[in-house]
Amino acid sequence: MATVKLNNVKKVYPNGAEAVCGVNMAIENGEFIVFVGPSGCGKSTMLRMVAGLETITEGDIEIDGKVINNVSPADRDVAMVFQNYALYPHMTVRGNMAYGLKNRGLAKADIKTKVSEAAKMLKIDEYLDRQPNQLSGGQRQRVAMGRAIVREPKVFLFDEPLSNLDAKLRVQMRIEIKRLQRRMGVTSIYVTHDQTEAMTLADRLAVINDGRIEQMGAPIELYNNPQTLFVASFIGAPHINLIPAKFENKKLVCGNIKFPGFKKLPEDTELVLGIRPDFIKPDAKGQLEIQVDLVEQHGADNLVYGLLKDASNDTEICFKTSQNTLPAIDKKLKLKFEQKRAMVFNKNTGERLI
Amino acid sequence: MKNINWRLASNHLILLIGVLFMSLPVWVAFATSTHTAETILREGLQFWPGSNFIETYREVMFEEAGVMKSVLGITMLKNSLILGIGFAVGKVIISMLAAYAIVYFRFRLATPLFWIIFLTLLLPLEVRIIPSYEIVAGLGLLDTNFGLIVPLIASATGTFYFRQFFKSIPDELLEAARLDGASPWRFFVDMLIPLSKTMIAAILIIMFVVGWNQYLWPLIMTTKEENYTLVIGIKQIYQILSEGGELPQYQKAFALTIMATLPPVLVVLFFQNWFVKGLVESEK
Repeated sequence: MATVKLNNVKKVYPNGAEAVCGVNMAIENGEFIVFVGPSGCGKSTMLRMVAGLETITEGDIEIDGKVINNVSPADRDVAMVFQNYALYPHMTVRGNMAYGLKNRGLAKADIKTKVSEAAKMLKIDEYLDRQPNQLSGGQRQRVAMGRAIVREPKVFLFDEPLSNLDAKLRVQMRIEIKRLQRRMGVTSIYVTHDQTEAMTLADRLAVINDGRIEQMGAPIELYNNPQTLFVASFIGAPHINLIPAKFENKKLVCGNIKFPGFKKLPEDTELVLGIRPDFIKPDAKGQLEIQVDLVEQHGADNLVYGLLKDASNDTEICFKTSQNTLPAIDKKLKLKFEQKRAMVFNKNTGERLI
Repeated sequence: MKNINWRLASNHLILLIGVLFMSLPVWVAFATSTHTAETILREGLQFWPGSNFIETYREVMFEEAGVMKSVLGITMLKNSLILGIGFAVGKVIISMLAAYAIVYFRFRLATPLFWIIFLTLLLPLEVRIIPSYEIVAGLGLLDTNFGLIVPLIASATGTFYFRQFFKSIPDELLEAARLDGASPWRFFVDMLIPLSKTMIAAILIIMFVVGWNQYLWPLIMTTKEENYTLVIGIKQIYQILSEGGELPQYQKAFALTIMATLPPVLVVLFFQNWFVKGLVESEK
């Protein structure tokens, strides 16, 4: 268990590409932090810098208050779970789990108890003598976790560990990882591009874009109160509806639709009105009108998609409704949104205005 | 249906002819080696085995002055084995270490260095044989196993194969091992060697055969008969046999040839599974 601190950490590759540009972050003892962002945003680089697999160009990283920039990966006392598991293919499950302990010079008896304890916890004790190629994807994933757990490290690092699993297994493992982390209370950093994984696992979530932290906070905080257009569009499934808008004569104008009741916004700037699909309802007096072109039935909910009429350009609107509401295709629907849940962003800077 | 059968038949016919071309001379050599010198002189090459098998091979392998002036066939066989095994093992060790350095260590000019090593493929031993001889002779290593083997063990082919293989091992494996506290040496011993097992076997086999068949180098490196290898022995035996007024002992020459062919054949036969595995698949 440990605290991790990133002080103005930068990563510049020899070819001049800036992968991480000045990240500050303080991770508390036992916290589960998720880095989420599109591919190439620098989230994996950050994780690998904490692991010591990537050098730090500028700034420093502390674990338990000690700067570890020049400490070798083995001596940082961190364990990592890789996307492709990176199991040692020629060793048995037991050998895989014991390898790190053996290199640390633990007594054989200690290694044995630790391995069997961890194996029991992950329910892989039946496979201890098998080779990785005799295991299924989910089992391999468990072994990779087991290899991290037996070491009892200060920090767990997960690099998209579930991306190679099928959807059902992914959900199952997600829950298990969360439980395990709760039980062991080890500080963890988890990298993913899947926002559902990020939302469900994180104590705190860091949305990363272009090597910068866009926003960091509790998942629900980021969902309800995104500070930037990027965070708003990245977090939340289905995606937030984004309608291009302008502020004219004290009204928010989207094409031919005018919404009164917004506080004063800068004129002459391109704005974006953001409304989550959860806060839109069919309503005969609604100002938004769509022509339904697709209904996705997810079971409990239906997602209704359609093009917004009278918008300045093609804008798609999606809203969530219950199982029983099943509008016909091509039907015209009037919609109303909860104005107090609506957000307005500056289109160019991405800054949130309301 | 008929067309396909014709095609199959002609394919097999071609293959059969190929097999006959390859193996008939060997068979004739073997069959002839089991006859007496008189028979061969009178009747020429023999197609069917004779009755002199045991005597010929015993004389060739175990009797002084059986083939050469003093050295026994069995001593030459031993010399050949030492050369073949030493050559193969040395090549595997050197090329694995070289490939390890090239793939896993970041040092200046690593890539150009690799290509320079690779370019030496274009320079056969014969090109550098005089300077190499100078060096070995200057060090006083003529007629030693060390002098015979060490100058040959640098291997561009082996380095290239191992480099390609190491490059195909996922980086995450190295990273996981580093996090698990493995030193570069431990990574080499615990990961790379077991993972390259089949590759090592394949290269050992190829190199054993190549080493076994070395001719020019052992010929100039050995001055004493007791250091001759079988391959040199074959060449010498014709000279010896045709000198003097005695009956030419062709059957012994053929017997020695068969003995020289046998070990590489056995090695390939016994290890062909590993051999194919090493060249075709890699378990990762």
